[in-house]
Amino acid sequence: MNTMNTTVTSETDMPEEKTIPVADEQPAEAKIEEGTTVGHPFSDDPKFKLRNVEVFYGEDRAIKNISLDIGRNEVIAFIGPSGCGKSTFLRCLNRMNDSIDICRVKGGLELDDEDIYDSRRDVVELRARVGMVFQKPNPFPKSIYDNVAYGPRIHGLANRKSDLDDIVENSLRKAGLWEEVKDRLDATATGMSGGQQQRLCIARAIAVSPEVVLMDEPCSALDPIATARVEELIAELSESYTIVIVTHSMQQAARVSNRTAYFHLGHLVEVNETSKVFTSPEHPLTESYITGRFG
Amino acid sequence: MTDQNSQAELVRQSLKRRYRKERRFRAYGIAAIAVALAALVILFTDIIGKGHTAFIKTTITMDVAIDGEMMYLDDPTDERQMKMADFVEPLIQALIREIPGADQNDKAAVRDLINPYASNQLRDALKENPDLLGTTQTMTFLSHTNVDVYVKHANDPNYSIKLTEEERAWVDTLVEKGVVETSFNDVFFSRGDSRDPSRAGILGAIVGSLLTMVVTLALSFPIGVAAAIYLEEFAPQNRLTDFIEVNINNLAAVPSIIFGLLGLAVFINLFGMPRSVPVVGGLVLTLMTLPTIIISSRAAIKSVPPSIREAAEGIGASKMQVVLHHVLPLAMPGMLTGSIIGMAQALGETAPLLLIGMVAFIVDVPGGFFDSATVLPVQVFLWAGSPELAFIERASAAIMVLLTFLISMNALAIVLRKRLERRW
Repeated sequence: MNTMNTTVTSETDMPEEKTIPVADEQPAEAKIEEGTTVGHPFSDDPKFKLRNVEVFYGEDRAIKNISLDIGRNEVIAFIGPSGCGKSTFLRCLNRMNDSIDICRVKGGLELDDEDIYDSRRDVVELRARVGMVFQKPNPFPKSIYDNVAYGPRIHGLANRKSDLDDIVENSLRKAGLWEEVKDRLDATATGMSGGQQQRLCIARAIAVSPEVVLMDEPCSALDPIATARVEELIAELSESYTIVIVTHSMQQAARVSNRTAYFHLGHLVEVNETSKVFTSPEHPLTESYITGRFG
Repeated sequence: MTDQNSQAELVRQSLKRRYRKERRFRAYGIAAIAVALAALVILFTDIIGKGHTAFIKTTITMDVAIDGEMMYLDDPTDERQMKMADFVEPLIQALIREIPGADQNDKAAVRDLINPYASNQLRDALKENPDLLGTTQTMTFLSHTNVDVYVKHANDPNYSIKLTEEERAWVDTLVEKGVVETSFNDVFFSRGDSRDPSRAGILGAIVGSLLTMVVTLALSFPIGVAAAIYLEEFAPQNRLTDFIEVNINNLAAVPSIIFGLLGLAVFINLFGMPRSVPVVGGLVLTLMTLPTIIISSRAAIKSVPPSIREAAEGIGASKMQVVLHHVLPLAMPGMLTGSIIGMAQALGETAPLLLIGMVAFIVDVPGGFFDSATVLPVQVFLWAGSPELAFIERASAAIMVLLTFLISMNALAIVLRKRLERRW
């Protein structure tokens, strides 16, 4: 515990060149009690119930005893400096960490009261329910149609061609891409612009009608206009999906999310209503981060 | 100020040095390429210079009087009579008629101008059509190899002309009269090996090579690709897989003759498979090609971007679906290129095939995977070792054919890579 604190302090000391006035009060207040989170990490109607989650990369403890509820149909944003574990934590929610050999996950992770990491659990079924959008747009090098139709096809969601056509059209409409691509569904997806590609990836993710969409910095590779489009899209999708979004942009978190979770060095420091986090954060580390003192 | 000036001066000097270095390096590169190109040009001019004449054959066209009395034959349908009959005499008589100044005393010398197998041709024609007996037919026969060499290489000091002065004069007149002609050597492409250079062809070797390649490809591509996929995608990372990996890399460096010994010991001696057959050749070459295919396929699989894998996994594709739907199509161009290059290597391989008996003298064109056969590079080896220059000429021609196959295979690899290549 003590060693933990010293690392935290040294970390907060580093960017002192940038910050002038509050520098001396930092070390005293910036203590993290492991396993405790300031604010309101729990929810009355949780979609995800996550208790005492720990993630190890070999010997490294990347996530340190985090407990959090993610409510039904809410948009929750994970923010925090680079390497704080927010992406790692996000990838536990649909077991994308499975493919990393040295990664181990401990603790209770439940989706609708069912254990996510149960050995009998079918990861394919889990990922059909918990879709994911990645940092870099990663469409398959196939046609636009095939990109969206891939998920429904492998899960056998459409028996007839017309059903599949409907799913593709609906998904593209929801992703706000239909008008742009309806005349060239057979064109290869890699020829689209970055923003279009990312919206296509979102369409692809929602084509299998997931309950949750995880987004790992979905706008970091996009220009401001494309970002605005994707943010609008998130707002629209929030009506029917639970959305977990990792972002480096605090403005983005403020614009799209209901709740915001602040991660720091593998700890979950604070979870609160987004408006509260950005106006009157409870934890001094959160305050330092959102005022731009580090990160 | 002065400090700055002197520093700029230093930079300028070092720049000069750097540019000199660059120029020198470029000159080395150009020199290396020039040497390589020169070697290539020398190789090609030598092979083509030696071998191009093998694509020309020398024939004798004459009116043959198929006289039953002369041949001791009155019924061509009678097998016994056909065996006893003399098919050489009508040819000799026909040729004597064409040569001014030759008479019955020159029979032996005239006979030396006609290919020893020409009489077989006459017999076969008669067997097929017995009505020809008693008629006179204009027929074309291969000339004797000595005539062939004289017509093509009369002025080449490397070739010894085995014709007497008198015979040479005859051939000269025959050429003038148009009785002796040269034309495209279809015999070379339509027959198997022969003791007589004029009748030796590479069709047997080409078919043997094709059959061997079919076996090699049918075995090594699926096994190699499956092994690569398993090792790259499914195998756990442990001592055993490390050991396997090291050994595959080592196998790629094993001299090919070792694979020949292995094939001899295992396939022929242990399993009792026949010698000199394309199946065993294909098996041996499969062993030799596998490491190449596995290594290139693994590299191709590794080069598939992880983002594509993640995308598929994120939608809920199973491991198998990720591999079959995404990794394999994207890795296919690389795998194909590797396999074709492996095949090209196998096509040019001689040493291991010598050990499993594919070096035998085989006249017939192989008809199946279990027929005795030889392959192109071994045919080259056989002919190149012959003391007769007419065979050396054919060896060079066979090399040209082999190179044509190899170049077209490599071109195919390039075309496939370009066409299947996808960008992401």
